[in-house]
Amino acid sequence: MDQIVFLTEILFPALIGGTVITLELIAVTAPIGLLLGIAIAVGRTYGSWTIVEICKGYVIFFKGCPLLLLLFILYFGFPTIGITFTAFTAAVIGFICCNSAYNSEYIRGAMLSVQQGQLIAAKALGMTKRQAIINIVLPQALRRAIPGISNEFIYLIKYSSLAYVITVIELTGSAKQVATKYFMYTETFIIVALFYLAIVTVATIGINAIEKRVAIPGFVQK
Amino acid sequence: METTEYILKVKDIHKSYGNVEVLKGVSFNVKKGETKCFIGPSGTGKSTLLRCINQLTVPDQGQIWLHDEEVTHAGPRINYFRQRIGMVFQNFYLFDHLTAVRNVEIALIKVLRMNPKEAREKAMYELNQVGMADWADHYPAELSGGQAQRVSIARALAMDPDVILFDEPTSALDPELTREVIEVMRNLASLGMTMLVVTHEMGFACSAANEILFMENGRVIEQGSPSDLLNNPQFERCKAFIGQYHGFHE
Ligand SMILES: Nc1ncnc2c1ncn2[C@@H]1O[C@H](COP(=O)(O)OP(=O)(O)OP(=O)(O)O)[C@@H](O)[C@H]1O
Ligand SMILES: [Mg+2]
Repeated sequence: MDQIVFLTEILFPALIGGTVITLELIAVTAPIGLLLGIAIAVGRTYGSWTIVEICKGYVIFFKGCPLLLLLFILYFGFPTIGITFTAFTAAVIGFICCNSAYNSEYIRGAMLSVQQGQLIAAKALGMTKRQAIINIVLPQALRRAIPGISNEFIYLIKYSSLAYVITVIELTGSAKQVATKYFMYTETFIIVALFYLAIVTVATIGINAIEKRVAIPGFVQK
Repeated sequence: METTEYILKVKDIHKSYGNVEVLKGVSFNVKKGETKCFIGPSGTGKSTLLRCINQLTVPDQGQIWLHDEEVTHAGPRINYFRQRIGMVFQNFYLFDHLTAVRNVEIALIKVLRMNPKEAREKAMYELNQVGMADWADHYPAELSGGQAQRVSIARALAMDPDVILFDEPTSALDPELTREVIEVMRNLASLGMTMLVVTHEMGFACSAANEILFMENGRVIEQGSPSDLLNNPQFERCKAFIGQYHGFHE
């Protein structure tokens, strides 16, 4: 069968290659986006006036700027001022900016919900502010922020497809190439959608497992 | 040489919030092993006074001395003094994400840099002291108020502080649970722990305190031993307060 041959010999190999790139984009973005999100949230909550304002500006800008435009600026705009990124790097930078801005909002909200008295108790034990943030505030805030962070992670999986627009041949990009070449649009894109669905499902299962693992009896998980 | 006999000296502490002077010059000295109880109407500045002692609130004027070292104006060294001055709060403020034993050992590990094994032993010892060893692996949400308060006392004890400040440790508890916490505190007092206790528990104050200080409007207006309080007419304001608020009879 023509169809079977198309699927097994052409489409799947191309999509596997694309999937690897997509997973690489996510694997680089997610951890950095989370760490940066934590740093920004801490800066906005406990920083000096200058740091607070810088963090605020960062969040406002990257939450407000359409991601696609951001990628254009990084990939097509920056070379004109002498800064050139590979397409992959430009995509990752854009994703990190977006991902960290949103994560920082979830984490900041969760930090504000940590009982003020526990911070006072930590201080009264002789902890520095830094020790109190690391040992008392963040472990609680990050748990409470898991639903937000995981939503953002799922979005990342899907918006990583925007990288295709700046020539990264990730999952969507590889599908587009095959579809155009063989005029098999419907089949190809439905199958790609299933690939994304599979990635999202695996991610969701992973997140649920993490959430369960760090759950604490009686601790509000909202 | 008379300075060395006191482990804590509080000298002329003033504190205002806005235009309201909450503490109007409070002074007293504490000897090792002493228990002092502070009583008085609500809004009198008792909590503010305790918080000034470990500088959670910075007083506007006056000095605090711990072992002849000045606690006020200590700069970053304040963290050292806070290790030496324990505090127990009305609402416990246990760390919600940590088990009872982790609550007790966390400052040992992070602040005192004790190795984890030693810290665990020390934490278990203190939990045992307050009768909570069996609950070591439970989280705060799984404890009753009285149990949580006992864990928070263990957390303060574990630092081997020179003095512990108690701010109404039983006010959030019903009578049954109050009794178990009072029992622990009474035991500490008899073991020679130095304690400053803001409380409404007159039974505890009269039996465990070396001195009772009655505060009103930001000042200590009457002070003396429990027997003075019971027998000396000088204590009339204090007695009136106790009678009025607690149905207390000599
Ligand atoms: N951070 C603050 N900012 C403004 N006012 C404050 C602050 N903390 C305390 N006060 C005010 O200072 C006064 C004394 O408060 P404090 O809590 O020390 O009284 P208290 O004797 O402990 O009373 P209670 O028995 O109700 O605990 C109160 O009028 C209170 O409203
Ligand atoms: Mg008070």
